[in-house]
Amino acid sequence: MMRPLIQRFGLLFLAAYLAAGPAALAVEPGEILADSKLEARAREISTGLRCLVCQNQSIDDSNAELARDLRLVVRERLVKGDTNDQIFDFVAARYGDFVLLRPPFNAKTILLWGGPAGVFVIGLIGVFIYFRRRGTDPVEAAPLTADEERRLNAVLDKETES
Amino acid sequence: MEKARPAFVFPVAIFVFLAAIFGIYLYQVGIEGKVISDLPSALLNKPVPTFELPPIDGEGVGLSSTQLTGKVSLVNVWASWCPPCRVEHPLLMRMAQEGVTIYGINYKDLPAAATSFLTELGNPFKSLGADRAGRAAIDWGVYGYPETFVIDRTGFIRYRHVGPISAGDINDKIYPLIKALEK
Repeated sequence: MMRPLIQRFGLLFLAAYLAAGPAALAVEPGEILADSKLEARAREISTGLRCLVCQNQSIDDSNAELARDLRLVVRERLVKGDTNDQIFDFVAARYGDFVLLRPPFNAKTILLWGGPAGVFVIGLIGVFIYFRRRGTDPVEAAPLTADEERRLNAVLDKETES
Repeated sequence: MEKARPAFVFPVAIFVFLAAIFGIYLYQVGIEGKVISDLPSALLNKPVPTFELPPIDGEGVGLSSTQLTGKVSLVNVWASWCPPCRVEHPLLMRMAQEGVTIYGINYKDLPAAATSFLTELGNPFKSLGADRAGRAAIDWGVYGYPETFVIDRTGFIRYRHVGPISAGDINDKIYPLIKALEK
């Protein structure tokens, strides 16, 4: 008997579905620049700018109207000949560093950028202390008292008998 | 007393540290009423951005940055299609009646809709600029509507409020600030 279509072509359907996913863009056709090199740069910059309406999406992902306006601003400035950094500065001057999805390194973000390295260093110090203690401070076994010696022997004798 | 072992001290220290951070944050949100979605303003204590907007429907002079110096004033970004703007409107009317100079930036609005909004609810604005493309709003760093800014005599932004203002905001923040800036 022939298997149902979905079973025969299940993987194919899945592949087609996954391939179609990334094509669902927020960028509208009318926004796209004719110059494909500039457009590629616009896409790159847009993915690095936060949409302030949705806050956890980039303006490249977001359908919000403000995101669209900002995408247009980015493209306008690219056409005018701005560098990527100039555009990031332009937007950050208006919306603050929060708009940059890759936060800059400064006094406010030192904990953010330095945190992982800091935790690593603390860990290293911990490991170092642990091994040094274990090396130089072995636990001395106290000698057994006469009473303990007697009880130990009693136990050992029992063991050998059985 | 037996010396505390690091294997015990470290996890406890980390827990106390994190609990303190979360505690401070919860205190700010719960007791002090901090709104999580509010963002720090990049333009606070900076001069107002340079802009020039035409009037709504060609009446009046519009609004430009040069008008915002010489006197302490409020700038309100609003639209007739924005429900919270409607909510806060009576408070703008009240402040205008109490002598506060309020300028308006009408954001992405149809002139007819904006005009009928003001005819229906009253016009608290000394002057209005129409920002149909939304570019002036971007220069002001606006992301939520309405937004209200307090501008000092030298044209510097001294306070920013995102979302509709409440009577409490006026009494606790805006009026004391205006008084201090007018001294």
